[in-house]
Amino acid sequence: MATIYVDGEQYQVNGSHNLLQACLEMGLEIPYFCWHPAMGSVGACRQCAVKQYKDEDDDKGMLVMSCMSPAKDGTRISIADDEAEEFRQSVIEWMMISHPHDCPVCEEGGHCHLQDMTVMTGHDRRRYRFNKRTHRNQDLGPFIGHEMNRCITCYRCVRFYRDYAGGDDLGAFGANDNIYFGRYQDGTLESEFSGNLTEVCPTGVFTDRTHSERYTRKWDMQFGPSVCHQCSVGCNISAGERYGDVRRIENRYHGEVNRYFLCDRGRFGYGYVNRDDRPLRPEGSDGGGTRRELDVDEALDRAGELLRHANGIVGIGSPRASLESNHQLKQLVGDDNFSTGLVGNEQACVERMRSLNESGGLPTPSLRDIERHDAVLVLGEDPIQSAARLGLSIRQAVLGRREELAEERGIPLWNAEAIKTLAQDKRYPLFTAYPQATGLDGIAEQHWNLAPADIARLGFAVAHEIDPNAPAVTELDVSTRESAKLIAEKLLAADRPLLVSGGSLGSVAIIEACGNIARALAKCGKQDAGLSLIRREANSTGVEMLGGQPLEWALDRVIAGEADTLVIVENDLYQRLATETLDAVFAKAPKLIVLDHQRTATLERADLALSSASFAEADGTLVSMEGRGQRFFQVYEPRHMRPETRLHESWRWLHALAAERDSEPVSDITLDAVVRDCAERNATLEGIVDAAPDADFRISGQKLARSPHRYSGRTAMRAHLDVSEPAPTRDPDSALAFSMEGYSGFDRPRPVVPFAWAPGFNSPEAWNKFMDEIGGHLRAGDPGVRLFELANETSNYSAAIPDAFVRGDDWQLTVLPRLFGGEETSSRAAPIIERSAPAHIAVARADAERLGLGNGHWLSLTGQFQALTLPATIDDHLPEGMVSVPAGVDPALINGARVSLSRIQLDEEVSS
Amino acid sequence: MNATIDRLRYRSQLRQPASERHEDSHPLTWRLREDNESIDLAEYQRKNGYVGTQRALTEHSASEVIDIVKEANVRGRGGAGFPAGVKWSLTLQGEDIPRGYLVCNADEMEPGTFKDRMLLEQQPHLLIEGMIIGAYANNSRFGYIFLRDEYRAAAVSITRALNEAREAGWLGKNIAGSGFDFDIALHTGAGRYICGEETALLNSLEGHRANPRDKPPFPGQSGAWGKPTVVNNVETLCNVPGVLQHGADWYQQLSGGRSDDGGTKLYGVSGQVERTGLWELPIGTTGEELMALAGGMQSGHELKAWLPGGGSTGLLLPEHLELPLDFDSIGKAGSRLGTGLLTVISRQQSIVALLRNLEQFFARESCGWCTPCREGLPWTVKVLQALERGEGEPEDIELLQQLGKGLGPGQTFCAHAPGASMPLTSALKYFRDEFEAGVARPHTAVEEA
Repeated sequence: MATIYVDGEQYQVNGSHNLLQACLEMGLEIPYFCWHPAMGSVGACRQCAVKQYKDEDDDKGMLVMSCMSPAKDGTRISIADDEAEEFRQSVIEWMMISHPHDCPVCEEGGHCHLQDMTVMTGHDRRRYRFNKRTHRNQDLGPFIGHEMNRCITCYRCVRFYRDYAGGDDLGAFGANDNIYFGRYQDGTLESEFSGNLTEVCPTGVFTDRTHSERYTRKWDMQFGPSVCHQCSVGCNISAGERYGDVRRIENRYHGEVNRYFLCDRGRFGYGYVNRDDRPLRPEGSDGGGTRRELDVDEALDRAGELLRHANGIVGIGSPRASLESNHQLKQLVGDDNFSTGLVGNEQACVERMRSLNESGGLPTPSLRDIERHDAVLVLGEDPIQSAARLGLSIRQAVLGRREELAEERGIPLWNAEAIKTLAQDKRYPLFTAYPQATGLDGIAEQHWNLAPADIARLGFAVAHEIDPNAPAVTELDVSTRESAKLIAEKLLAADRPLLVSGGSLGSVAIIEACGNIARALAKCGKQDAGLSLIRREANSTGVEMLGGQPLEWALDRVIAGEADTLVIVENDLYQRLATETLDAVFAKAPKLIVLDHQRTATLERADLALSSASFAEADGTLVSMEGRGQRFFQVYEPRHMRPETRLHESWRWLHALAAERDSEPVSDITLDAVVRDCAERNATLEGIVDAAPDADFRISGQKLARSPHRYSGRTAMRAHLDVSEPAPTRDPDSALAFSMEGYSGFDRPRPVVPFAWAPGFNSPEAWNKFMDEIGGHLRAGDPGVRLFELANETSNYSAAIPDAFVRGDDWQLTVLPRLFGGEETSSRAAPIIERSAPAHIAVARADAERLGLGNGHWLSLTGQFQALTLPATIDDHLPEGMVSVPAGVDPALINGARVSLSRIQLDEEVSS
Repeated sequence: MNATIDRLRYRSQLRQPASERHEDSHPLTWRLREDNESIDLAEYQRKNGYVGTQRALTEHSASEVIDIVKEANVRGRGGAGFPAGVKWSLTLQGEDIPRGYLVCNADEMEPGTFKDRMLLEQQPHLLIEGMIIGAYANNSRFGYIFLRDEYRAAAVSITRALNEAREAGWLGKNIAGSGFDFDIALHTGAGRYICGEETALLNSLEGHRANPRDKPPFPGQSGAWGKPTVVNNVETLCNVPGVLQHGADWYQQLSGGRSDDGGTKLYGVSGQVERTGLWELPIGTTGEELMALAGGMQSGHELKAWLPGGGSTGLLLPEHLELPLDFDSIGKAGSRLGTGLLTVISRQQSIVALLRNLEQFFARESCGWCTPCREGLPWTVKVLQALERGEGEPEDIELLQQLGKGLGPGQTFCAHAPGASMPLTSALKYFRDEFEAGVARPHTAVEEA
C-alpha cells in the first residue's frame, strides 16, 4: 500500500498501480482512452494528465500523464488544477478535430467512451474551422463494421488485436494525422477475438455488424445476465433484446472467467435465437403425416396420452441444455431411463475428465489462474478452436514471462510497451501436440504434429520422465523420448506448470496420459500446478455430473424393444450419430416427444414437438469445464411482443408433462424449486443453489432492473398489438424485473448485473466501477459456484498406453474442432456460417504427393458410413497416414475411424 | 552509379582550408582532404588514426574510458547537449546483464543541418573509432550506424570503411589484441525525421513503427531488442577518439575559455549570408564571429532573426549574436543550441511563412502516436496558412499561443512537438505584429508593407 495525496486529500492505494488506476479505484475521475486494465499503459492519448508536485513545498508542479506515473508512496497530485483541466480539455478538442460528430447515426452512441470522456472534460465548443481529415473504410467481414473517420487514434485496437490476442492482419498504417487502423486490404479479420475490438475501441470505429442489422441503442435494450452456451468455458455474457429479438451479445465481466474479453463464436453466434424457422408453438402430427401447430392444452393432452400409453420410456438429455432441464427430464423418466445424450465415447472422455479433476492430484484453474502459470503443455487440443477464450488465457500465461523480466529490472508491470521491448520474444515455455497446426504454435517453444495415439504416448512418456514410477511406454522411439525429456524438464523447472487437454480428439488415452502427468507432478510436490480439461459443450460437465447412460444405450433400448417412447430434450440426434444408425432406430417407430428451441432434423421427426426456450428466453444453470455452476437468466419475455408464441423452458414443459402423465393438474413451478430439487437429489450438484441469488432477492426492497433508466418507447412499442400497455411481465424465477424499474445502481453491490452502467460511464468501461479493484473481482462476488474440488487422495496411474500409430493401407480419420462451424447452435447463425471455412479433407503433403493429389481435387471418403465427397487440401503438418475433416461436417465421421480415400473426377475443381 | 553518387554529393562544405586546420586544435577536421574525398584507412592511419582506440582498448578499463570521457565533459552534439560520459555510466553492465548495442544516430534530418553528413562522407574511420571506444566502454556486443536514407554517398563511404576496418582487425574478434570483440552494421533508414529521436530510432531499427518509447526505462536499461543500448550522435562519437588520444585536459582547453564546455564544435550557417558552410571552431564561439566567417549578410539583406541550431530551436534576434554558441548560453537566451548550425532569416522573409513552412515539416514528420503532436501540429499549420493568406481570425493569435503551450515539454510523448513549438512561441514573442497582420487581410512581410 502507498499513501498518495490528491488535491490535498490523503488516500491509501495499491503502490504497484499507476496513478490513473489508483485514482479511478478511489472513485476519483480522470478521463482516459489508451489505458486499458488488461493491456496496461502506453501514454499515447495524453488524456489523463494531472499536475504532480515534487513535495509539500512545490506549488508549481508539472503536468504528468497519470497512466504513466507510479502511485509511489508520498506522491502529490492535483486532478482539479486549472492547467491540468485546461490541458485535458485541449486533448479532447484535438481528438475531435476530425471526428465526424455523427453521434445521432453512430452505433456507438449511448455506450461510447468518447462521449463520456468528452462530457467529463467539459469540452463543448468547436474552434477548429478547417477541413477534416477523412478515411476510406474497409469491409472487415461479417462481424465487424469499420468507420475510420470516428477514430481518435488511441491505438487500443492494434494493441488488443496484435499484442494481446496475437493477430497480425490488423495494423496501424500511415503517420502524422493520417494514421489508419485496418487491414492491408479489405477482407475478413482473421482473429478469433475480433469482436473485442467493438468493446476496446472507445468510439464507433469498430462496431458489431450483427447488431447493425437490427440496431437498438443500449439504453433501449433489455438485458439478461447470461452465460455463453457456445462452448464449455462458461464466459459470462450480457445479451440485449428489443422487440423480441436478441440484438447483441456483450462481455459481462467475471473476475475469474472471461474478465474483459470474449471469443467471436460467443459474441456473434447468437443468431439461432432469432431464426424465423424456430418452433414458437407446440407442433404435432395430424394423422396423415403432416404437422400442425397445437395449443398448449392440446399439446399437453397429447403428451399425457403418449406417456401414459408408453411401453417403456427413455429420456434423452443434452449437454447443451441446462441442468434444470436435464434434471426435470430425469425426474420424468426415472433415473434408470435417463440418457445424458452424449455419445458413448464422449461420455467416457467427460467421465475421465471429471474423475481427474477430482482425483488427478492437481487443481483445476480458472481462466484468471491460467494466466498465472509459467509453463504449459497442451495435449491433443487446439484451444483456440475448441475453447477459444481459454486459448487466449494460455497466450497471456506464456507472455507472462514479460512480467517476470520486468520485475527483475524494476519496470512497472503496467508499462506495456516497455515490458514488451524488454522481453522481446522471451516467453514461458509452451508445448503443443496435435495432429495439425494449432492456433498457439506461433508462441510455442516446440510443437509436435502427431496421431492421437502418439500424442497419448508422448504424454505417458512425459509422466514417466517426471516420475519413474509412472508406467513407462514400451517401444518408444528415440525422438519421442527426447521430446518427453524436454517437456518433463521444463515442467519440473517451472513453479506453476499447467496441463491442458480434453476430449476434442475423442481419445480417452490422451486424457489418461495427461492425468498421469498431473499425478506425477503432484507427487513431485508441484502444488501450484494446474490441470485444465476441455469439454465440448456448454453443459457437458453438468449433464455428466447429473449422471445417465450414453446415447447409444438409449437407442439400443428402442431396438431391443424395451422402450417405445423417447423424450428428447434439446438434442439433435442427427448431430451426434450417423443417419444410418438413427434410421435403424426410427424404423422401430418409437413415439418421439422432442423439446427444442431449434427446428432440428430430430424435431422434424417428432410426434409431439414442444417449443422450448433458448438461453435468451430461459433461466437455468450450466456447469463449465472448470466445474463452475453458473446461472443464466432470461433476457426477455417472448409473449410480450409476440403474444402468439408459446415458448417455455424445457424444465417447465417437463414439469407439466409429469403432471399430465399422472393425470394431475399442472401446478406452478419456479426455477428455485427445480434448482433445490436438483441439488437435493444429486450430491455432486448440491452447490448449485448458491450459484445465484433466489428469486426473492431484493435490494432496498426492489427487484433488479433489466433495462437502463432511460429505456424509451415502452408504451409505443406494443401499439400495433394493443393501445393499452400491459403491466410488465412478472418474473417468478429470478430477482430480475422485465423493466427499467428496479435497482440498477452500483453503490450497493448487485450479485447479478444485466448491463454495465455507472454515472458518467455508459460504455463497457463502466464495468470497472463494479470491481473490488480494477481488473479484479466483482464487488458482490464473481457469480457462480465451484462444484468440484480436488480430493486429497490422488488416483493411481493409468497403464492404458496405446500402441504407436502405424500407417496402414487405409487411413486414420481425425475430426478437428473448429470455432466457426464446429458447434451446433452457433452454426445456425448466418454470420457464423459466412465465417466458416468450407469443409475439406486434409491430407498430409507426402501422402498427397504420392497419390498425385492437389488442393481442390475431389476425394471420396468411405468407411462405415455413406461415402462423402469433399475437396482435398494439402496439409504440411498432418502425420502421414492420417486424414482430417473439420467438426460439424457429418456426425458419421468419428475420430479414429479407418477410412478409404479415392479421387473422383468432377467437372469443376475447387480452388482453395 | 558513381555518377549518381557524385551528383548527390555536396562538396566543399568545410570552409576552412587545410592550412588553418591542425591536429591539436581541429580534432574533427584536420585530416580532411582538400578534394573532399573520403579518407581511406591507409591515409587515416598515416594521420595518427586509431591511436585513441589502441589506447582505450589496451591501456584502460571500460570504466576508466567512461571516466575520461566524463572528465572531458563531452556533451552530446545531437542537439540536447547531454554529457556523453554520464550517459555511458548509466548503461547497465554486469554479470547478469546481457551485452547490448552501441547505436550511432546518423539520421541527420534537422532542418538546416548538414554537419554529420560531412563527417560521414569524408571521415568514416573517425566515427568507427568513436564507436569502438564507445562499445568498449559500454560493453556493447554490436554496433549499428542508423543512417539517413538520403545520405547515399555516406553509405558508400561508410561501407568501404567498415570493410577496411574489418580487414585490418579494427572490427571483429579480439580487436587490437585486447580480447574485445565488436562489429558494426550499417542500417539505412526509410526517411522519417522522428527516427532521429533515439528511441524511435530503436523501434525503427527493430523493424517496428518509428514511434518513440517512453522513458524510463532508458535505452541504457532496455534499448534495442530489450538490451542495454547507447545511442550517440555522429559528431559526439567523433569527439571521443581525440579525447582518448590526447586526454581530458587537452579536450577541455580546446574551447579556450570561451565556454564552460570543452572541445570544438562543427558550426555552420545557411540562409542569406555571403558564404554558407561549415567551420570547426572552439565551442563557445560567438554568433558574431561565426557570421563574420560567413561573410555577413548578402547585400540587400538585413538580419531579422536566426535559428541557432535547426528548425526545432527557438528564434533569436540580431542582438543575441553576441552570445557564445554553447548549450548553456543559448539556453539562457530562451532557445537551444541544437545542432549549432545557424539559419539566418532576412528582413525580406515573412516570419509567418517561415513558421508555416517549418510547422508543415514538423506536422508531416509527427509519428502520430500522441494526440497533441498528431492533431495539434496540423491545426497550427492550418492557422498559419490562413494568416499567410490574410484569412486569419482575431482569435488565431491566442489559439496559436495555446497550441504552442499545449505542445510543450512534458505534455507530449517525446520532444518532437516541444521542438516544433519552440520556433512558434519565440516567433509569437518577437514578431507578433507579423501574425496580427495576417488577420483578415492579405499578408505580406511587414518590412514590405
